Amino acid sequence: MTPLIEVEDIGKTYGSVIALSDVSTVVNAGEVTCVLGDNGAGKSTLIKILAGVHQHDRGTFRVDGEEVTFSSPRDALDRGIATVYQDLAVVPLMSVWRNFFLGSEPTTRFGFLDRKKGREITRKALSDMGIDLRDVEQPVGTLSGGERQCVAIARAVHFGAKVLILDEPTAALGVKQAGVVLKYVAQARDRGLGVVLITHNPHHAYPVGNRFLLLKRGRALGSYEKDEIDIGELTRQMAGGAELEALEHELRGVEA
Amino acid sequence: MDQLVKRPEIGAMLGALLVFLFFSVTTEQFLSTGGAATWLDDASMLGIMAVAVAMLMIGGEFDLSAGVMTASTALVTALLATRLGLNVWLALLVSLVFALAVGAWNGWLVMRTGLPSFIVTLGTFLALQGLNLGVTRLVTGSVQVSGMRSADGYESAGFLFASTFQIGGTSFYVSIIWWLLFTVVASTVLLRTRFGNWIFAIGGAAQSSRAVGVPVVRSKILLFMTTAFAAWLVGSINILRYASVQANQGIGLEFQYIIAAVIGGCLLTGGFGSAVGAAIGALIFGMARQGIVYAGWNSDWFQLFLGVMLLAAVLVNNMLRRRAERVKR
Repeated sequence: MTPLIEVEDIGKTYGSVIALSDVSTVVNAGEVTCVLGDNGAGKSTLIKILAGVHQHDRGTFRVDGEEVTFSSPRDALDRGIATVYQDLAVVPLMSVWRNFFLGSEPTTRFGFLDRKKGREITRKALSDMGIDLRDVEQPVGTLSGGERQCVAIARAVHFGAKVLILDEPTAALGVKQAGVVLKYVAQARDRGLGVVLITHNPHHAYPVGNRFLLLKRGRALGSYEKDEIDIGELTRQMAGGAELEALEHELRGVEA
Repeated sequence: MDQLVKRPEIGAMLGALLVFLFFSVTTEQFLSTGGAATWLDDASMLGIMAVAVAMLMIGGEFDLSAGVMTASTALVTALLATRLGLNVWLALLVSLVFALAVGAWNGWLVMRTGLPSFIVTLGTFLALQGLNLGVTRLVTGSVQVSGMRSADGYESAGFLFASTFQIGGTSFYVSIIWWLLFTVVASTVLLRTRFGNWIFAIGGAAQSSRAVGVPVVRSKILLFMTTAFAAWLVGSINILRYASVQANQGIGLEFQYIIAAVIGGCLLTGGFGSAVGAAIGALIFGMARQGIVYAGWNSDWFQLFLGVMLLAAVLVNNMLRRRAERVKR
C-alpha cells in the first residue's frame, strides 16, 4: 500500500539556521504517526511543510506516491491534508457553524449562504463525533478548549481530509479534556484517516500512536514502530535519554 | 443577553430610540417632516461611509484616509469636468477608477508590509490632503473648484446623486436612498454571503482563516476598495449637490466614521460588528447634531454628547466580547 504521506531526508533552512534536516517518516491510512520533541525540536517546521505553509529545501515529500511541493495551505487542503493548529483552530467570536464551514461555505442557487443547511450539517457532523451542542449559533469562544479542538477535527473529517495534522491538540488542556480529544483522534484514525499527532507528552502519544518520530534540534533522534518501543523507553528518550544519564553522573561527581 | 451577542446593533438601536424621543419631546422642529429631512440627510452622508468603514473594521483594519477621500474624489470629478471639459459621467468614472486604485494601494501596502493599517492609511491621509490642496491651488489658483453647473451631463448625473424626492410636501435628498441601499447591500453581503463570512473571520483571526483556505490578502484589499468606493459615492453626491468643492473638505471626518461604526457595535480589534449598527450609529450622529441645533443649544455640547456615547458604546462592546469569548468550564 502506498503511504498517504512519505517524507525522506527532508530539510529546511531559515537563513543560516537549520530548522530541520534529514528527517524521514511515513503516514499511513488508519494509523497515527506521532511527532515528539521539545520546544525548538523542529516539530512545527515539519508540520508547516506538510501543511503547505513553508516549503522544504532538501529531500523529498510524496503524497500518494507523487512528489510534491505545496505553495500554500490551500494546495495541501486540495490534496486532502488538513491541519488543526493549537491556538489557531477557530475564530472565537464566530458561531460554531460559521467556523465549521469557514472557507467551504454552502451556498444556495443564488450564491447566498445556505444557513439552514450549514447549521444542520454542522449539528450532524458534530453529533457523529459524539459532541452534542444545543445551539450551533453560539460563538465558538463559549466552548471549552477540548470542544474547540473537536469542532476543528470534526470539520477536517467532514471535508474529506485524508490526512489530519494535529498540532499539540492536548497541550493547553486538563487531563479530562485531553482524554476527550485523544478519543476523537482515535475515532478519526478508525475512520481510515492518516493522523499526524504532534505532542511533547509521550503519555498522550503512546496510547493512540502507531509510529513515533522523535525530533531534537531539527534532527531525528529516532523513529520507532509501536512494537519496537514501550512507554518507559519513549519517555526516557524524550527526556534526553543518554544525555540525562551523563548529567546525572556529573551531578553525582559534584556531590562527592 | 445572549441575543445581544448575536445582534451587535441592539445597543445602538436603544441609543437611537432615546435620542429620538428626547429631541422629539424637547424641540418642535425635530419631529416635523422638514426636521426629519435635515437629520436624515446629515445621517445619510455620514452613514454611507460609516457602513463601509464598519465592514473594514470587522475585517480588522482601519482607513484614516476615508474622510479626505470624499474630497479627493469630488476634486478629481470637478477638475476633470470644469478644466478639461469632460462629460460629468466620464469624469465620475475616472474619479471612481482613481478611488478604487487608492483603496487597492492602501490594502496592498498594508498586506505587503504587515504594518498596522492605522499608520499606512495615516500616510495616505496626509498625502491626499497635501495633493488636494496642492493640485487645486496649482490648477485654479484658489483652494476651491466650482463651475460644475455648466459642465455636460451635470443635470442627468445630478438626478442620480443629488436630486430630491417629495414626501408630504417636504423635499428629501436622494442621498438617504443611497444610504439605505448601501446599508442593505452591505448587511446582506456580511451576513448572507461567503465573502461576508470571510470578513468576520479575517478580522477575528487572520491566521486561522488563512489556514482553512480563506483568501485573506484579496479579501482585505477588497474591503479597502469598498471604503474607497463609498468615499467616491459621498464625494460625488457632494460635488453634484453643491456644484463646488473645497480642497480642505473631509478632514477629520474619518474619526466620525469610526465613531459611528463603534457606536453601532464594531469592535476596534475586528471580527465583530454590523452594517446596520453602523448605519444606526450615523443616525444617532445626525439626530443629535441637528437636535442640538433645534434645541437652541451651543453646538459645543455635541462633542460632549459624542464623547459620552463613544465611551458607553465601547464599554458595552467590550462586555459583549468578553461574554462571547468566555470559556465555559
